[in-house]
Amino acid sequence: MRPWREFGKFPLMEEKQTIMRRSALAAVAAIGSVSLLLAGCSKADDGKTDDGTKAAGANAATKGVVNASTQAGGTVTYEYSDVPDSFDPGNTYYGYMFNFSRLYARPLMTFKPGPGEKGNELVPDLAESAGVPSDGGKTWTYKLRSGLKYQDGTAITSKDVKYAVERSNFARDVLSLGPNYFQQFLDGGDKYKGPYKDKSAGGLASIQTPDDTTIVFKLNRAFQEFDYLAAQPQTAPVPQSKDKGIDYVKNIVSSGSYQFQSYDEGKQVVLVRNKNWDAATDPLRKQYPDKIVVNLKVNAETIDQDVQAGNAIDLGGTGVQAATQADVVNNADKKASTDNTYGGRLVYMAINTKLKPFDNVECRKAVQYAIDKVSVQTAEGGPIRGDIATTVLPPDIPGYQKADLYATDGSKGDPAKAKEHLKACGQTTINTNITARSDRPAEIDAATAIINSLKTAGINATLKQFPSGKYFTDYAGVPKWDADNNVGLMMMQWGADWPAGFGFLQQILNGSAIGASGNTNLSQFDDKEVNDLLGKAIGTEDQATREGMYAEVDAKTMDAAALVPLTYFKVLLYRPANFTNLVSTAAFSGQYDYLNIGTTKK
Amino acid sequence: MTELSKTGAAVGEPSPSDAPSAFLEVRDLKVHFPTDDGLVKSVDGLSFQLEKGKTLSIVGESGSGKSVTSLAIMGLHRLGARGKNVQMSGEIWLDGKELVGADPDEVRKLRGREMAMIFQDPLSAMHPYYRIGNQIVEAYRVHHDVSKKVARTRAIEMLDRVGIPEPGKRVDSYPHEFSGGMRQRAMIAMALVNNPELLIADEPTTALDVTVQAQILDLIRDLQKEFGSAVVLITHDLGVVAEIADDVLVMYGGRCVERGPVDEIFEQPQHPYTWGLLGSMPRIDRETSDRLIPVKGQPPSLINVPSGCAFHPRCPYADIPKGDVTRTVRPELQQVDGGHFSACHLSQEDRTRIWTEEIAPKL
Amino acid sequence: MISYILRRTFAAVILLLVVTAVTFAIFFLLPRLAGQTADQLAQQYIGKSPSAADIAAVKSNLGLDDPLYLQYWHFIKGIVSGATYDLGPTTTQCNAPCFGYSFKTHVEVWPQLTSRLPVTISLAAGAAVMWLVSGVAIGVISALKPGSFFDRSFMGVALAGVSLPMFFTGNLALLLFTYQWPIFGRTYVPFTENPAQWANTLFPAWCSLALLYSAIYARLTRSGMLETMNEDFIRTARAKGLRERKVVVRHGLRAALTPIITVFGMDLGLLLGGALITETVFSLHGVGEYAVQGIKDNDLPPILGVTLLAALFVVVANLLVDLLYAAADPRVRLS
Repeated sequence: MRPWREFGKFPLMEEKQTIMRRSALAAVAAIGSVSLLLAGCSKADDGKTDDGTKAAGANAATKGVVNASTQAGGTVTYEYSDVPDSFDPGNTYYGYMFNFSRLYARPLMTFKPGPGEKGNELVPDLAESAGVPSDGGKTWTYKLRSGLKYQDGTAITSKDVKYAVERSNFARDVLSLGPNYFQQFLDGGDKYKGPYKDKSAGGLASIQTPDDTTIVFKLNRAFQEFDYLAAQPQTAPVPQSKDKGIDYVKNIVSSGSYQFQSYDEGKQVVLVRNKNWDAATDPLRKQYPDKIVVNLKVNAETIDQDVQAGNAIDLGGTGVQAATQADVVNNADKKASTDNTYGGRLVYMAINTKLKPFDNVECRKAVQYAIDKVSVQTAEGGPIRGDIATTVLPPDIPGYQKADLYATDGSKGDPAKAKEHLKACGQTTINTNITARSDRPAEIDAATAIINSLKTAGINATLKQFPSGKYFTDYAGVPKWDADNNVGLMMMQWGADWPAGFGFLQQILNGSAIGASGNTNLSQFDDKEVNDLLGKAIGTEDQATREGMYAEVDAKTMDAAALVPLTYFKVLLYRPANFTNLVSTAAFSGQYDYLNIGTTKK
Repeated sequence: MTELSKTGAAVGEPSPSDAPSAFLEVRDLKVHFPTDDGLVKSVDGLSFQLEKGKTLSIVGESGSGKSVTSLAIMGLHRLGARGKNVQMSGEIWLDGKELVGADPDEVRKLRGREMAMIFQDPLSAMHPYYRIGNQIVEAYRVHHDVSKKVARTRAIEMLDRVGIPEPGKRVDSYPHEFSGGMRQRAMIAMALVNNPELLIADEPTTALDVTVQAQILDLIRDLQKEFGSAVVLITHDLGVVAEIADDVLVMYGGRCVERGPVDEIFEQPQHPYTWGLLGSMPRIDRETSDRLIPVKGQPPSLINVPSGCAFHPRCPYADIPKGDVTRTVRPELQQVDGGHFSACHLSQEDRTRIWTEEIAPKL
Repeated sequence: MISYILRRTFAAVILLLVVTAVTFAIFFLLPRLAGQTADQLAQQYIGKSPSAADIAAVKSNLGLDDPLYLQYWHFIKGIVSGATYDLGPTTTQCNAPCFGYSFKTHVEVWPQLTSRLPVTISLAAGAAVMWLVSGVAIGVISALKPGSFFDRSFMGVALAGVSLPMFFTGNLALLLFTYQWPIFGRTYVPFTENPAQWANTLFPAWCSLALLYSAIYARLTRSGMLETMNEDFIRTARAKGLRERKVVVRHGLRAALTPIITVFGMDLGLLLGGALITETVFSLHGVGEYAVQGIKDNDLPPILGVTLLAALFVVVANLLVDLLYAAADPRVRLS
């Protein structure tokens, strides 16, 4: 399941670059010349690993496993410039935590470690096989593997999985940070108050555990992508007797190959091998390193240095800093150690379909033609940071079909054609506002580029900036505010919670998803056909048919010109030498799969 | 006193053979300070002598070079951030040792032991953060290798000697806890703790009220008798001079304009500037209806000292000598009689006439 | 003396209340006045697409639907008498001083502050020693020879030190001393664990911070010394026949340092409230970093906690400075 890369409430990629980070970048850029001078005498810069072998080549980890090895021992170190919302598998919404938590919390299903889109394949983890649907996809049954044990040797039962789902989805006053799909889709989920308030023995009736190895989910509607929900860390078992609510994070009981040796809130986490984990119950995990250390709140420049020196992996997986990027892409040897891959995310501009004159599709088409996407791509940081987008679904999401409905020469925009549509719309000029997030410099730059292109077609947009923390709750995500402030255009990025069309499209295109505040369907797009298609798709069992429907939704959205795709977001990862089994997976936004990374260092 | 170097010509490298017989002898002392505005000639060719047990008063307006002279004797100009820039020449002989050309550390060793100084404002002259006793102890231990305890006993003894009541207790007071007079007594105790043979008192009573002034002067006089020191008393107060001095030296614009025994200066002053000073001196025996006669005009600039007689722009009698001699020729010190010298272009007759007819009756 | 300290303490408590009230107002009252609803605020602390019931639950748990004065009162009450939280299967007791828990992560604030404080103290204290020693030394030498080559060059460096932002000096120090020539450690080690490692790791941060401050202190000392060395009591000290070194140190520096104590106390107090930028640059997990995180998450309790702590340090530093000043300068009497 895909990180929750978009939506403004949480610190996302660019948000690491708060105002202070920007200054830091400037400072580092200023001393870049010193850096370059010094680089000349640094031995780690010759593109070779310590044992003298050449790096595997650019994008190697997106095509296969780099440094495949069964070597055990050593310490694998992760570094992160921020802090995750929580290490508690029931209280996190970050993609990298979905990825990392699997080391100590086994969900029912998970993604098979694999390069690129091969990593999107779901495989059973705690369950012995994929979920068995019945009742037309309204009931899902999982059978747990036998011999599963927690770190203390006690047996893992299906009741622990039920409890884990209950606590993570229904005790939202305490564990509020994770997703709540189970609450939305489980029968009676809107009534249940969660295990902390509702102390009745049976708990939520729509999750049944007929025996210790069987768990049955009863949904309120057919949901054919339920296995993706079962792959969230929220299905990782939590023993009720050990749950201390918000404090569980300090004493997480491991069901995975590693367990907590120490937990230092906001600073450091150390994992060691779980002796009670049994390889016989787990075809995925290998338990290579002796120890796994996560250092939090590390200066982003420091992380880049450590990654290049082969000493650490960037936990966030959001790629190198701008200064490092410039250094790395211009050096052939260093470039051979990079992976530049899609992040399962679309950078786009929503058009307010409820605001005059953009309620007229011709006016929206005028915008589609007017925008010079190359200038936007440049503003976002060039091809390294994203390919020019022409569809809603990014190429690494199943259901993507190549299309370019509003093609212009070299994607550079066509003011003449834009003016034609503007005329068809009954306008010669439009005055409107465009919103962007003030703490995301790339987004501001992109919006500025858009404003310049629109001007050539007679559309005058004025930039309005807001902090990302309140972008959805107080500004762009409040339809009434948009109407009151003549906001016709809104900068936006979106990544799916799981790599399938429904997870990507539902929140940004479904008319029923429009909320009074915290709205993510910024276009306020409410098309009956699209709504019906999305509803129908999720109840359709056959995957190919489903994906065909997603492509149809994509096409219809573009027909209606509800949003302007700008770029398919890409990340530039530096592949640290000294680590084994590195594979960049589309399932986690191009991050390396953290399940089996080992080290050649002792 | 005899005039030794009237010409102001540079004196060569001093040698022991030049050593004078007087206890303190200053020869053609020049102290110049280069500034951004020009060279300030604070003292420009000053000479005098002083014997042990005697008191010399140097009088003059602010900026006439009195204090600069005293600091020059103490060797204090050469210290501190601006010490490098001072231009000093001439000779200062103290008890057979020449100080201007001497090794600074040799002079330092004399400072506080052979020559000591009392300053005008004892509040600012004493360190506000240290106890009085400790400051005296420090002064004593610089020159005496004794324990703190011994030095403290000495400090209490000195405080007692200068008339501080309960010295055993007050030794631990801070300067700000003393009254002005007490502070000056403590300052004197500090200056005399090493039995110096030369005591320089720079306006020691200016900051004090009148009754205390008299006490302090009495104290200095008594101590001088007791220790047999030579005293240089710098003041602009002729009342103080009359009280305590044996000889008087009147300075104007960095030079000596008149000097002689105290009686002669008061009875038969020869220089118009001295007349001015006498005229501006408040006297108890004067009729209250008589107005003070101040010296008109401003003290001279030490950068551009007036040509000829430095006093001529303010002198009411500058036009009496023929021609423009007062404006072009600098008058040299000339013997009036005995130890009495004066630097003035007025003829002896004119001076006697003006003094007896115009000035004296008004005083 | 006792009554003086009592009165000062009372004034400090009032001041701290005002500081918290102002912080509270900036982060809570102003957005409210600007039209933000409690629902919108609560939404900032929940995951994506929360149900109305979720919002209501979070809102009531964080006390956001209470009137603002009541929210403030609960905060103050918690500090004085502790509080009880309902954050799991059982309630948890948060003993006084209870600074509440993070709205976002629900982690208690006080243990975070106490665990982070040693880092901040280590950073501030080490840097303070460095800048005080180097700043004063440079200032004294410059003052003794004003206009000299040393004076001009060091005052030039001092000017640069004041003007250069920590992002520059800090990152440069990191680049040089931990990446290119890795002579200094990078992972903070508590003093109690390994003093040598502790110093080794903090050294680049100390230097960067000290560069900033020592520049200011060098200038302060220089001007103070220039002034002091013209005082009458310096002339007196020289007239005693003291060696010049003793005159400078015992009489000059002693007097020139006293006003510097005041500035130093306040600077140190402020720094103990968190060196936000330095901690961020050097990846030090101090209270400043915690405050930055709190501001980023619009997470009031950590912000309030750090603000209160910083204000407390400043107030205490202020009191200590006054006491020290009284001890240093006998003319000052506390009343």
